[in-house]
Amino acid sequence: MIVGERKPIQEIVGMLKGMKKVLILGCGGCVSVCSAGGEKEVEILASILRIDRKKGGEPIETIEKTLPRQCDTEYLEGLKDEAGNYDAILSMACGVGVNYLADMYPTTLVFPALNTSFMGVSEEQGVWSERCAGCGDCVLDRTGGLCPIARCSKRLLNGPCGGSQNGKCEISPNVACVWQLIYDRLKGLNQLEKLKEIFPVKDWSTSLHGGPRKIVREDLKL
Amino acid sequence: MKSGSNLEKVLTSGQFAVTGELGPPKNADAEVIRTKARLLKGCVDAVNITDCQTAIVRMSSIASSVILMEEGLEPVTQMTCRDRNRIAIQSDLLGASALGMKNLLCLTGDHHKFGNHPNAVGVFDMDSVQLLQMVKNMRDEKVFQCGEELKGTEPKFFLGAAANPFADPFEFRALRLAKKVVAGAQFIQTQLVYNLERFAAWMEAVRDLGVHEQCYIMAGVTPPKSIGMAKYMKNNVPGLDVPDEVIARLKGAKDAKKDVKEEGINLCVDIINQVKEIEGVAGVHIMAIEWESAVPEIAKRAGLLPRP
Ligand code: SF4
Repeated sequence: MIVGERKPIQEIVGMLKGMKKVLILGCGGCVSVCSAGGEKEVEILASILRIDRKKGGEPIETIEKTLPRQCDTEYLEGLKDEAGNYDAILSMACGVGVNYLADMYPTTLVFPALNTSFMGVSEEQGVWSERCAGCGDCVLDRTGGLCPIARCSKRLLNGPCGGSQNGKCEISPNVACVWQLIYDRLKGLNQLEKLKEIFPVKDWSTSLHGGPRKIVREDLKL
Repeated sequence: MKSGSNLEKVLTSGQFAVTGELGPPKNADAEVIRTKARLLKGCVDAVNITDCQTAIVRMSSIASSVILMEEGLEPVTQMTCRDRNRIAIQSDLLGASALGMKNLLCLTGDHHKFGNHPNAVGVFDMDSVQLLQMVKNMRDEKVFQCGEELKGTEPKFFLGAAANPFADPFEFRALRLAKKVVAGAQFIQTQLVYNLERFAAWMEAVRDLGVHEQCYIMAGVTPPKSIGMAKYMKNNVPGLDVPDEVIARLKGAKDAKKDVKEEGINLCVDIINQVKEIEGVAGVHIMAIEWESAVPEIAKRAGLLPRP
């Protein structure tokens, strides 16, 4: 899922300076699952903002809503009749939702309440970590299913580098060296041969470096 | 002979080679390079010029190499993948070759997290293995990375790479070296050797693969300047293996009211003498960054002088 984290309150307060009526819009997708921007978080953020503004003598009216998803035309369209009623929409979705709101409502101010962190897993209660970088050209068949693009600090394709020690990455004793993990896994699977081949230079044009990406599936279009 | 560099000549002639290392300054003062170069002159066959080592902004390795050449020394220009993409690397290498550089050490580069610009983009468009392959193809096949023909003069580098026998997983380290050699590495400079036992075990694995006959392996050494430095290297530098005996030896010297720096030099000379005896070791790379003045003494005591 896409993992996000709420921005510091003061940063959000700064964005909403002077606004009197704001829609705080949650998302029932990934950010709800990672407890960053779902219904509950909308409620909490709205009340913090109201208290803060009241204290400062400039009360704010907050309207709370959570859509099943903010990355879908169908759901965002539902705001058509009300979007003009707000000074701004504070989206608690990932950056995708914020963008799509801005795309669809050109005359309404839209602000992000979250930092969109990464695509990752929920390792345990309260702990998330990255697994995929969305490079657009998956290499996991060659690396035992473990991603060197997302999980190696230098995105090495012919790792492990000389900084790998005791299973840890050179950047921090708290970061696992994914190339050690790849090595161990391929060894266990009797596939160490795979690591003898030189992995050629990657084509990054399928990643962000090729410009904004888009997929069109003619077979699915109506 | 691929480049005709002095280092290539020394190594291919079967003589035990010696390289030094010079870290460019964090300013635009050419005199810093000249002063350090004079200390190394006559004691080494070539001098590595680091490329913003530990991700700290310094004078560029190519510019510093030019200044070094003006002093009559031969550079081993270092090139990392951290700060440049394939376009910039190839462009810089055309320039480096045109300026007369003949040795190139291809590295991935230290992560910038510990440098002085930790918020920078880490480029890592390619890694050291792919970099070697690219430069080899520019030289031998006369093609750019994209496959386009390189018309006219190609860059002719004697290609080097680094190897760390002390990093993990140990069993993969000789294989990784083999990969670098297949990719194009002709000489190898290793991480600092303090743990001779592990170094010897790695060399054995390298010999088992026959790789010592396909490249020239130079053991990296550095004289510890103080007990503090040895401890720092032991505890804070990822991929470095400094056994307790090294620290104990320096402490012993201090307790006996001897000069610790002097003992550091002795220790370095001892290591050189020991690696020399290991089959497949073709030279030493003496890194005495910010202590360049120690190099002549080390080279002399280790019987490495005069240089060819
Ligand atoms: S230590 Fe491992 S994870 Fe870290 S940069 Fe090197 S290969 Fe990548």
